[in-house]
Amino acid sequence: MALLHRSWRRWPPVVACHITHTPAWITAALRARSSSFGAEKIEERQKRLMARGIPKQKMIPGVKQVIVVASGKGGVGKSTTAVNLALGIAAYDMVVGLLDADVYGPSIPRMMNLRGNPELTNSNLMRPLVNFGIVCMSMGFLVEEGAPVVWRGLMVMSAIERLLRQVDWGQLDYLVIDMPPGTGDVQLSISQNIPISGAIIVSTPQDIALLDAQRATEMFRKVNVPVLGIVQNMSVFQCPKCKYESHIFGADGARALAAKLALDVLGSFL
Amino acid sequence: MLVSRGTFVGSTGGGRNTSLLSWNRKCSSRTTRSWRTFQATRHHVALLDADMCGPSIPKIMGVEGEQVHQSGSGWSPVYVEENLGIMSIGFLLSSLDDAVIWRGPKKNGLIKQFLRDVDWGEVDYLIVDTPPGTSDEHLSIVQYLSATQVDGAVIITTPQEVSLQDVRKEINFCRKVNLPIIGVVENMSGFVCPKCQHESQIFPPTTGGAMKMCKDLSIPFLGKVPLDPRIGKSCDEGKSFLTEIPGSSATVVYKDIIHRIQEHCATHQSDVEATA
Repeated sequence: MALLHRSWRRWPPVVACHITHTPAWITAALRARSSSFGAEKIEERQKRLMARGIPKQKMIPGVKQVIVVASGKGGVGKSTTAVNLALGIAAYDMVVGLLDADVYGPSIPRMMNLRGNPELTNSNLMRPLVNFGIVCMSMGFLVEEGAPVVWRGLMVMSAIERLLRQVDWGQLDYLVIDMPPGTGDVQLSISQNIPISGAIIVSTPQDIALLDAQRATEMFRKVNVPVLGIVQNMSVFQCPKCKYESHIFGADGARALAAKLALDVLGSFL
Repeated sequence: MLVSRGTFVGSTGGGRNTSLLSWNRKCSSRTTRSWRTFQATRHHVALLDADMCGPSIPKIMGVEGEQVHQSGSGWSPVYVEENLGIMSIGFLLSSLDDAVIWRGPKKNGLIKQFLRDVDWGEVDYLIVDTPPGTSDEHLSIVQYLSATQVDGAVIITTPQEVSLQDVRKEINFCRKVNLPIIGVVENMSGFVCPKCQHESQIFPPTTGGAMKMCKDLSIPFLGKVPLDPRIGKSCDEGKSFLTEIPGSSATVVYKDIIHRIQEHCATHQSDVEATA
C-alpha cells in the first residue's frame, strides 16, 4: 500500500477514496523505473560534468580545410614537410596558411625566413606574417629568439587557442598546422578546438620513429581525426661524389607500418 | 632510493637524441648505449625515461615487453644488466603500440611516482631521458630533483641552425632553473660514404655548428658523434652499439664523451662536498 503523507487529508475526497491499495505490479514498475532512471541520470550527469572542461569544436572563420602534420617522434622532418606541403598547395593557386603549433621549439620563422612581431588589426586580431605567398603564424614571432618557453600544459592550451582564434587568417583554402612531437596537450587541444580535415604522419624508416608514428596515428583515430597517410622522410642518402645510395635510417620501414595501419604512403623523401 | 648523482639529458629539438640515456631524438638508445660504459666500471646506473608520449628506452635497451613488479619497498625497475636498471612508462602500457594521450598534470603525477616510488637501490648515476621541449616533464623533474644535487644536463643537438636555435632555448632554460650544464653533444655530425669514404654533411652547420655555439655561450663542447647507420640499427634491435661495433669512430667519440661527463660529475661532487 502506498504510504500517504498526512497532507492527504487536504486532498479532495474523490482522490482520497481511491488511494487505499497499490497493486504489486505498479510498485515493481515504479521501482524498476526509478533505479534505471537514477542510473541513467547519474551517467548523463557524469558526461555533462566531464564535457564541461572540453572545448567545443568550432571552425576558424574563413578557413576551409585544416591539415595537421604530426609525427609522434621528434626530429623526423615535420616542419620541413609542413613548409613544403604549404608551398606545394600554394603552387596550385590556393590560398594557404601555415600555423606553427610547436610552442617550445618554433622552426617556421627560420624556415620561412620571417622575423618580427605581428601587428594588431582594428578588431584586435594578430596579423600573420607573409612570405612566399603563405600566411604564417608562430610562437616564434611572439617571443625573443633564444628565449625558452617554459610553460606547463594549461598555459600551452591557452596559447594554442590564441594562435588559432586570435589571428586574422582571412580567407584560406587550406591551413597547414605544424604540430610539435608527442601526443600531449597541444595535439589534444587542437583536435578538440577545431575540426581537422586530415592528419599527415611523418616518420623516418627507423623502428623507433615508426613506433611513435603508430602512436600518433592511434591518437588521431581516437579523437576522430582522419589520417590521410604516412610520409617517409630521410629514406635514402645519395653520396654527392659516387652517387652510392645509403639507407642511413633503415629501408622502407614506413611502408610496412602503412600496410599494418591500412594507410597510404603519401611520399618517400630523401 | 640512494642516488649518488643525477644527470639530466635534454634537447629542445626532437630527434636529437636527447636523454642522457638516449642520444638523438630518433635513437634514444644511443645515449643509453653509451651508458653501458659505466657498467664496465661496475657503476650502478639508473635510467629514467621521462618521455611519456614517446617512450623509446625499452626498445632501445632490448627490454620491450618486460613487466614492472611491485613489492613492499616500491616498484622494481627492469634490469638490463645487474647494474643497469630502467624505468619507463613503456613497461606499464598494456600494448607496446598504445598511445599515451595525457595532459601535463597526469604526466607530472607519473614522473613524481617514478622518482619517489621506484626502488632503485643504491645507485651511482641516475640518468633522466627527457622529451623534446621545455615543458611539464622538464619543469617537474627539475622541481622534484631540486632537493638533491643534480650534477648537470647534457644537451644534444644536430649541426643545423634550426636545431641550434632550439638548443639555445634549452640552454637558457637550464640557466634559469640553475641547472649546471655539463656540455653539448653534436650528433649526426658528418656521414662517411661506405663506398668512397667521402664525408658529407647531411645536416650542414650553416652557422658554425654546436662547437661555435658553445664557444659563443661559454659552454663545454663534449664531442661530435658521426652519423653511423649501425647506431640506428642497434637501437632498433635493442643491442649495445658499443659492444657490437667497438671499432666504429662513433664508439670512440661516445666513450670520450662519457669519460668527460664522469670527470665533470667527480669535480662537481667534490665541489659540493667542499662547500657542505
